[in-house]
Amino acid sequence: MTRRPGRPPHPALRSLTRALPVTPATVLLLLFLAGPIAYCVSIAFTDLQLTGQAEDSFVGLENFRTAFGDEAFRNAVWLTLVFTVVSALLGQNTLGLALAALMRRASKPVRTLVGGIVVTAWVLPEVVAGFLLYAFFRREGTLNAVLDWLGLPTQNWLYTLPILAVSFANVWRGTAFSMLVYSAALDEIPKEITEAAEVDGAGGRRRLWHITLPMIRRSIGTNLMLITLQTLSVFGLIWVMTRGGPGGRSQTLPLFMYEEAFQKSMIGYGTAVALLLLVVGSLFSVVYLRLLRTEV
Amino acid sequence: MPTRTPKPAVPSRTRTPVVPARTRTPASRRTLRRRLTADAGLLVVAAAFVLPLAWVVLSSVDARADLRVRLPDSVTLAHYEAVLTPDITVTPLLNSLLLCGGGTALTVVCAALAAYPLSRFRSRLNRPFLLTILFATSLPITAIMVPVYALFVRVNLIDTHEGTILFFAASQLPFAIWLMKNFMDGVPKELEEAAWTDGASPLQSLLRIVLPLMGPGVAVVTVFSFVMMWGNFFVPFMLLLTPDQMPAAVSINEFFGNKGTVVYGQLAAFSVIYSTPVILLYVGVARRLGGGFALGGAVKG
Repeated sequence: MTRRPGRPPHPALRSLTRALPVTPATVLLLLFLAGPIAYCVSIAFTDLQLTGQAEDSFVGLENFRTAFGDEAFRNAVWLTLVFTVVSALLGQNTLGLALAALMRRASKPVRTLVGGIVVTAWVLPEVVAGFLLYAFFRREGTLNAVLDWLGLPTQNWLYTLPILAVSFANVWRGTAFSMLVYSAALDEIPKEITEAAEVDGAGGRRRLWHITLPMIRRSIGTNLMLITLQTLSVFGLIWVMTRGGPGGRSQTLPLFMYEEAFQKSMIGYGTAVALLLLVVGSLFSVVYLRLLRTEV
Repeated sequence: MPTRTPKPAVPSRTRTPVVPARTRTPASRRTLRRRLTADAGLLVVAAAFVLPLAWVVLSSVDARADLRVRLPDSVTLAHYEAVLTPDITVTPLLNSLLLCGGGTALTVVCAALAAYPLSRFRSRLNRPFLLTILFATSLPITAIMVPVYALFVRVNLIDTHEGTILFFAASQLPFAIWLMKNFMDGVPKELEEAAWTDGASPLQSLLRIVLPLMGPGVAVVTVFSFVMMWGNFFVPFMLLLTPDQMPAAVSINEFFGNKGTVVYGQLAAFSVIYSTPVILLYVGVARRLGGGFALGGAVKG
């Protein structure tokens, strides 16, 4: 017996030993997550370059001023917006909800088959997904073959509409996530409520608008936040398909950041762009936390 | 759950003479029609989704593979034979295994340790800690890669597997802790309390009682972390420099560019080899836990 009964250890000591297991995780997070973020803030205000520079100096808000005056930066912001709205908010979200709703009515084999295909697209490594869709959208690719077969005009999608091609690629890859979230949400709507509405003569569209959507509105909020954040940080998919080209016409912010920091060696400037991306992401995170605030 | 009342309404309705006896009731016919429409809609979407997947599988065995989906004239395993060399496939896959296995092990151990006090003991620090963790789960990791690169150069971790493993673990930890804590909350406390009175330390009760009881939860965290790292391109792309250190996620780009023409059949064969492990892992976990990967539940609002 090591400890006399009736005399627990000092409260401070007790909470210290209890907090001990959290240490490894905390150290890792501080060193490799909080550290880089702090470093990001500090070098975003310098003119740090990749090579051939003895000393970097503090330049204040110069990098941000450069960014907002930079045509290529504004182009990247615009493309990021298009990419996020088209692929996440319109594409993944709507298609995910539609698939989840249809699956509840479909027969079991069809449900399993379709679920399997959509989820496979999601589980595939990002780069592989990029190659598959690169092949799909190329001039000699499958999409043009299908269009040709249907008697529709074909074009070189990756050249004429690169941002739309990468947006569709992101829909292909990411829809499964929304589908899973909405499937779980729809399962929780009590059957009695939809049945009651049906008996009262509410049609499909009215049931969707007045019952289903209000009842899953929290899931919709959560899902929109999460897929927006995922879409904001897509890099590999676009990199593999277009490298941000042609002529910067599919260069979203992560690709712009990469090019400035590494191909043009402007680490300070690239980090300033990264910081802006991080701030936008944090704002979304805070909104997400508020949506979840009852859960913690 | 209220007891189900016997259904008196239905027989009385079917007895009404308006409905001919041998057809189905209008309600069930409506259900059938609805199911057929849903099936048709889903199959159309699935057809669009399956085309790129079909391309990679068919091209990998097609002697004359190009960018288009089509049934091969002659089936061959030549592409697989061509890529299954130490340089092209074995080394990158071993690198992937080392990076993702190391990263996952570190993530799971740290997450399990951290989740235990968060789930078991009350403290004023729990809530702020969990809120920070949740905040960190949704930060765009892509955005901090440039500073991480600069930092790694400064502390000499650049182009090392250790550095990449540590960063992988840190980037996956917030979500892993969050998931692990939620799964741990589902394990009843009574068994542990019995162990405590018998003199077991918290570490012993975590290892011998809690973790075995939440086996499926640990499996989900492990598989999820591994799958995320296996598919991650940007992190090793930034933090590793030497070609023979590269995992498959980065080395796959070698099929493009520097050799001039792209051999699509080989690219497809390599993609199949590289993707198979994560698909199998996903299927394994999904089958045990029934679809959804419990992720739908983990992120629901």
